[in-house]
Amino acid sequence: MRIHCPYCGERGVEEYSYRGDATVRRPDANGPDALERFVEYLHLRDNPAGSHQEFWQHLHGCRAWLVVQRDVRTHAIESVVAASRRVAR
Amino acid sequence: MMTEKQPFRLATGGLVDRAAPLNFSFDGRAITGFAGDTLASALLANGVRLVGRSFKYHRPRGILSAGVEEPNALVEHRSGSRREPNSRATVLELYDGLVATSQNRWPSLRCDLLSVNSWVSSFIAAGFYYKTFMWPASFWERIYEPMIRRAAGLGRTAPAHDPDTYEKATAFCDVLVIGGGPAGIAAAVAAGRTGARVILCDEDFVLGGGLLGDKAEIDGESGVDWARTMAGELAAMPEVSVMGRTSVTGVYDGGVFGAVQRVSDHLPEPPVHQPRLRFWRIVARRSILAAGAIERPIAFGNNDRPGVMLAGSVRTYINRYGVAPGRRAVIFANNDGAAGTLDDLAAAGVGVAAVVDSRDGGSAAVSAAAARHGAVMHAGAMVTQAHGGHGLRSVEVLTSDRQRERISCDLLAMSGGWNPTIHLTSHLSGRPRWDEAAAAFLPGSLPPGMTVAGAATGNADLNACLASGAANGLAAAHDCGFSGRLPFWRGYGSGDGQSHRPVQPLWRVPGARGKAFIDFQSDVTTDDIDLSVREGFGAAEHVKRYTALGMATDQGKTSNVAALGVLAEIAGTDMASQGTTTFRPPYTPVAIGALAGHARGMDFHPRRLSPAHPFETEQGAVFVEAGAWLRAQYYPRPGETWLQSAEREVRTVRGGAGICDVSTLGKIDIQGPDARAFIERIYCNNFAGLQPGRARYGLMLREDGFVLDDGVTMCFSDTHFVMSTTTANAPVVMQHMEFHHQCVWPELDVQLTSVTEQWAQFSVAGPLSRELLRRVVDRQHDIANESFPFMSVAQVTVAGVTARLARVSFSGELAYEIAIPAQYGDSLLRELMRQGEAFGVCLYGTEALAIMRIEKGHVAGGELNGHTTAADLGLGKMMSAKKDYVGRILAQRPALRDPERPTLVGLLPLDHGSQVRAGAHLVASGQVANLENDEGYVTSSAYSPMLGRWIALGLLASGNNRTGEVVRACDPLRGTESLVEICSPQFYDPTGERLHG
Repeated sequence: MRIHCPYCGERGVEEYSYRGDATVRRPDANGPDALERFVEYLHLRDNPAGSHQEFWQHLHGCRAWLVVQRDVRTHAIESVVAASRRVAR
Repeated sequence: MMTEKQPFRLATGGLVDRAAPLNFSFDGRAITGFAGDTLASALLANGVRLVGRSFKYHRPRGILSAGVEEPNALVEHRSGSRREPNSRATVLELYDGLVATSQNRWPSLRCDLLSVNSWVSSFIAAGFYYKTFMWPASFWERIYEPMIRRAAGLGRTAPAHDPDTYEKATAFCDVLVIGGGPAGIAAAVAAGRTGARVILCDEDFVLGGGLLGDKAEIDGESGVDWARTMAGELAAMPEVSVMGRTSVTGVYDGGVFGAVQRVSDHLPEPPVHQPRLRFWRIVARRSILAAGAIERPIAFGNNDRPGVMLAGSVRTYINRYGVAPGRRAVIFANNDGAAGTLDDLAAAGVGVAAVVDSRDGGSAAVSAAAARHGAVMHAGAMVTQAHGGHGLRSVEVLTSDRQRERISCDLLAMSGGWNPTIHLTSHLSGRPRWDEAAAAFLPGSLPPGMTVAGAATGNADLNACLASGAANGLAAAHDCGFSGRLPFWRGYGSGDGQSHRPVQPLWRVPGARGKAFIDFQSDVTTDDIDLSVREGFGAAEHVKRYTALGMATDQGKTSNVAALGVLAEIAGTDMASQGTTTFRPPYTPVAIGALAGHARGMDFHPRRLSPAHPFETEQGAVFVEAGAWLRAQYYPRPGETWLQSAEREVRTVRGGAGICDVSTLGKIDIQGPDARAFIERIYCNNFAGLQPGRARYGLMLREDGFVLDDGVTMCFSDTHFVMSTTTANAPVVMQHMEFHHQCVWPELDVQLTSVTEQWAQFSVAGPLSRELLRRVVDRQHDIANESFPFMSVAQVTVAGVTARLARVSFSGELAYEIAIPAQYGDSLLRELMRQGEAFGVCLYGTEALAIMRIEKGHVAGGELNGHTTAADLGLGKMMSAKKDYVGRILAQRPALRDPERPTLVGLLPLDHGSQVRAGAHLVASGQVANLENDEGYVTSSAYSPMLGRWIALGLLASGNNRTGEVVRACDPLRGTESLVEICSPQFYDPTGERLHG
């Protein structure tokens, strides 16, 4: 698999490190149901058969964390953006 | 017409060099072949037909094919530590001095005692092992497995370490062409002429593919000459590289291909600095699969006898190697390729006794050829059985009018049609589709960027091969932004082997007598498939697993499709509804060494050395691996055991001064307006009040509330901090912080840089450490006790070089850590030791370091094990209630706050002489030592020179309230047990007075 790093260009998957679901956001620690939200944040994952948004780090490159939109059935990559630049929901 | 020494070598013809004889040995017998031979062709030239024994039944086996699909002619290649089992004689390039040994026979190839398996075969049919070797369970390890291992398996691995090297490499191209036959050559030339970057991979050692075994002509020259001409043109193109002896073994996502290049496998030994194999990762924008086709055997009785060969391979031995594979042949085919086989056999002077055409009514083309050469024609007939033990003597033919006729022969050239070599098209889950007209599976959906050309499309006609190759090659180059003209070549003859249509599928001969093999290498017969279906394992994927069909090293190249054909016949359905088995990488076997490359032994991963490694080596350090680092473990003096060294080092530190290399600790430089805010969120304890010039111990949690790491963070200014981490966790902590910075709080204006390798760092510890440093740190810096108290940091200079000094302690003594740019690390350590001589200073290693931290009850790897919370380690009070930080919320989960959780305790053996080892489990006194009564375990232990006895740290349930209690430390693995008293983890100087000295 090849991932197009926005800073370094297309590089082999062996340069990257996978983390997982990029749709989850760290909850407000001061919310009334913070404990429950944090359990979900850490452990609950959707497992879609299709397009999936996931965190990868260009570990052996520029070390940027990326949000990769990838079809987990075909491994086709639809988009890659730097995690720090993505638009807040 | 045969040469005397090689009785089956033709007087002329072939691509072998008769002026270059090569000596080799097979089973100890000295034999001669020629340059350009494979082991198989040289054996055949010398009349050697029996080359191995089969996997299960130990049946005599010969040479079936002339290519990578070979299931029978498997030998042990080379000897000693270079011995490689299961080498296919048909692709083993002959060299002078080659040593090959037949395998899977005992005591000898001609007299194999285990061939009795063949006579008791009804007891070891498909599924036999599943049914038989089940009870009693205790028999499995002692009796069944050794017995099966002796009887089964193919070949022996090398007895010693492989002396050769292997490497990995990456290549990039616009167009990758897989296969060097007419289609592949046409594709590479068409693409190459446009200027595109082209890589042509061909598994053979001569370019030409099917042209080499054929008598085709292209544009007025022989196919072989054409291939040479084109190879010359390709070699002259700067953007084209032709990689011979290179098999593309796998297709991966994103246009990535795996390929193994046999750099030195055709030589007795690799030349100096050359690997045996090189594994390539080829990244291609477009690819063209021109892998040709593999001929199908036909299942009839004893179709595995030496002398039964694939027809196209017979032609290859004649045309390419100048070898007659027999003296008197019978042809058995279901397609028109039989005509060409007949022509070639006749031209080589091999008598053809009969042509058996299984097709109803035969065909005009084949009949005409038979008439031309005076061969008996049996149309609509079948070969039902082969006779002969170690070699074919005759075949039995069932004629169209149901007469049985026995024809003597020593060679049967069979052809059940051709399977396009489409394996690579399905590596990314593409499903092949059955094509009735071609009577073959053709490529289904293709990997992105791939097209298929030549015989792999199911059309082996030479002109079709050339045209599809050229068109696909040009189209691929076009897709990459290049343009050019479509080349055109006119060919006469056939492409990859045979023009085989029309073909009428024939998988197994009805009424066959004797074992009719489908999978030669796994010894699977038509009867085994019948049995599998009868016993309820009728789906293709079940048959495969029940019978082991297609699971040998040939991966069923000659058997998978035939098995599906037989299944379709049994089920009374068509091929299309049988589906197909899944092809997976690698296409051909790849040595593990090639996949490992240089990453073996000490080179398994990069080794990191401290900047002061040279000096430490001079000082006789014994090194230990810590993560990727080598750290000095202890510095033995003559006659010392490791423990005596460590003990001496501890005493020297606590009594005067010692120096430890702590360069391997992770160092993260944190800068920016939000640096402090970021650190506040990463550490669980408070950093808001940390002033410039001060350092603080920090504890980091994972988001799930467990402890991740600890270390000291130095504050140089409100916008500049340097954090240290444990050696082993440095990469993890860096990644953890980068994640939280970039993904969780990108709004924080902070930059993180790992500077672990940029700074050498030494701990200078002991009551005399300040005096020692006073002589090293430049005079203008004030490091007096009052002006530079515990937990102070400063930027200083040493001989004018910028350095960092921190008064921190892991040993519990007055101690400092001094850091200097890495290039000065070795010099600084030498200078510290030189100046320290007056103080009796010593170097100390990780053993002494560990002893001192255990004496002080400081946690390290054994306690920071991913299962402990801050409270477990007695650090619960560090967790700030005034801020949010990673791990805060989930550390509140009830199970993490359970007062009965194991917590950090000190352990003292009641018997002062006895040792408690890490890993021993703690059980309340009077309780049975079992899982139910397990209350914790020993995490670290050491011999304390200061206490004169063994001490240990451990995690014990409700440990905080059990001081003074005596528990059992049970170590069933090592068979030891001792009684230990629970105490405070701070064994030495519990009030910490020495720190402030």
